[in-house]
Amino acid sequence: MNSGLGQGFSILQHDDSNSCRFGLAQSRVLYARFITWNNIMDKIDLRVRIGSLELKNPVMTASGTFGYGQEFYPLVDPGQLGAVVVKGLSLKPRIGNPPPRIVETPSGMLNAIGLANIGLERFLKEKLPWLENMNAVVIVNIYGHSVAEYGEVAAGLKGVAGISGIEVNVSCPNVECGGMAFGTDPEVTARVTEQVLKNSDKPVIVKLSPNVTDIRSVARAAESAGADGLSVINTLTGMVIDIEKRVPKLANLLGGLSGPAIRPVALHKVYQVVQAVHIPVIGLGGIVNHRDALEFLIAGARAVQVGTANFMKPTATLDIIEGLRVYCEEQGIARIEDLIGTLEVN
Amino acid sequence: MIDQYASVRFNEKVAQETFLMGLESQEIANKAEPGHFVMIRVSEGTDPLLRRPFSICSVEGENLFLILYRIVGQGTLIMSKAGKGERLSVLGPLGRGFEMPQSEEVPILVAGGVGIAPIIFLAQRLGSHKALLMAGFRTSDEIVDKKVCGLLDYQISIATDDGTAGHLGFVTDLLEDHVDSNKKETPSVFACGPTPMLKKVAALTQSRGIPCQVSLESLMACGVGACQGCAVQAASAEKQAYFHVCEDGPVFYSKSIAWECLA
Repeated sequence: MNSGLGQGFSILQHDDSNSCRFGLAQSRVLYARFITWNNIMDKIDLRVRIGSLELKNPVMTASGTFGYGQEFYPLVDPGQLGAVVVKGLSLKPRIGNPPPRIVETPSGMLNAIGLANIGLERFLKEKLPWLENMNAVVIVNIYGHSVAEYGEVAAGLKGVAGISGIEVNVSCPNVECGGMAFGTDPEVTARVTEQVLKNSDKPVIVKLSPNVTDIRSVARAAESAGADGLSVINTLTGMVIDIEKRVPKLANLLGGLSGPAIRPVALHKVYQVVQAVHIPVIGLGGIVNHRDALEFLIAGARAVQVGTANFMKPTATLDIIEGLRVYCEEQGIARIEDLIGTLEVN
Repeated sequence: MIDQYASVRFNEKVAQETFLMGLESQEIANKAEPGHFVMIRVSEGTDPLLRRPFSICSVEGENLFLILYRIVGQGTLIMSKAGKGERLSVLGPLGRGFEMPQSEEVPILVAGGVGIAPIIFLAQRLGSHKALLMAGFRTSDEIVDKKVCGLLDYQISIATDDGTAGHLGFVTDLLEDHVDSNKKETPSVFACGPTPMLKKVAALTQSRGIPCQVSLESLMACGVGACQGCAVQAASAEKQAYFHVCEDGPVFYSKSIAWECLA
């Protein structure tokens, strides 16, 4: 939460918790380290830039896993996060898919929520003022049924103070039109991106689908169309069958797989996209702790999003921020930006 | 909403496949009301990934709350092995609980199987001089003893599917008999149990104009209204198409639910 003494100390204990019992000597070493660390801690610069957007740290929430920012309060103060990416918004409210909408899978989960949301108007009226009040950096994830509708949603956010960026969802697997149908075609992705840019005065980030033959071609299409950044990746499509009833476990049949199960896939996609484009990449997919986040940063992501981990541990984002700070201190890294893209490949 | 590690004080088998767990948390014990639930992370790893929702079934003293659960899968199996002193990550109390009955109403509490959990808490709060309790189980081995429930004062009417204890048949038979033979009473029904039972309770109370609150169960990911995974279809008269069991419930007036859509 804040960078108070108690918090810092507990992180160190947590990191060493595998070897649980401290002797007196160990405690002294730990205490000495803690004093030094606490002095350095404030000097570690966790700020990152995503194009024109400056974030206080590289940890955001992933759309659809953190509601409109208020749901986990007061456990998580959204003002402490790099950014809050809110639940995907459409022009009009959407009721979402019939239940069952979720099913657990090995180290992951499938969801087919169907972009249930309160719509643009209610978001601006009922949800945004609170987020502004909390000093949260807000990125609005948007969705449309048609290329034109993406533009309309973007236009509705134009000039609205308190919104720092737009994330364009062309990768939701759980809706009939729009969503992934757009994001799997480089040309359509480019058209959606252009349409949003034309109607927006904010940085535009395009969220890519991993369910394509070559994610690099879609990434390049979005870049050429003028995107300011890319979020990589949305969920992978999947299904689960109830063998007793011989029916799909999700009413929607297919769902989007998230959680640690997809992390290596996500990491590779991020690595590929980072190599293919010049615009900033935000990495996500199964990040549950700071070590996972570090893999994405080292691979070249300028920031990360935390999704399913919020369900396992509401404070996952805050723990990751503290974990990154500790890592930087231990590695003697003054600015986290110096770590980004430092992967060495033989 | 409290997010903390709670120590297991006990975790005992109280009926076939059924366990009663006592967890130490002053904050949760203080805030819990009948119908509230907690989300428990059964292990620190990533498989199983999600927390499991459990109704709070009792609060004892200042810093102990109880949950009653049945082994139904991997998560509850792991949980059944938790020993005294083990610390589990608990989020709660969550959700909207039962609304208390009006003073002139006779509360009739109807439970099916391990669905008795939130009913126990409600029964303790209401007291046996006021409330009636009926519980159905599949067989006598699954009956949770009323001493274990902290409901010694209650005359619990029992039904079993196989007739090994109490009435041979369903708990809904007991409910129907009672309301039809006590027509001068102003009953108010509170129910928790498997969906077929709740459907029957809903139909039975609705046709007689009896107010009825039900506690629903659902798969959940977040427990706080963020993921919208626990949707349940609302009756057509409601303003919204879906409720979310975690934040709009888990307790609902039965007339607000589209029962025909529940599997």
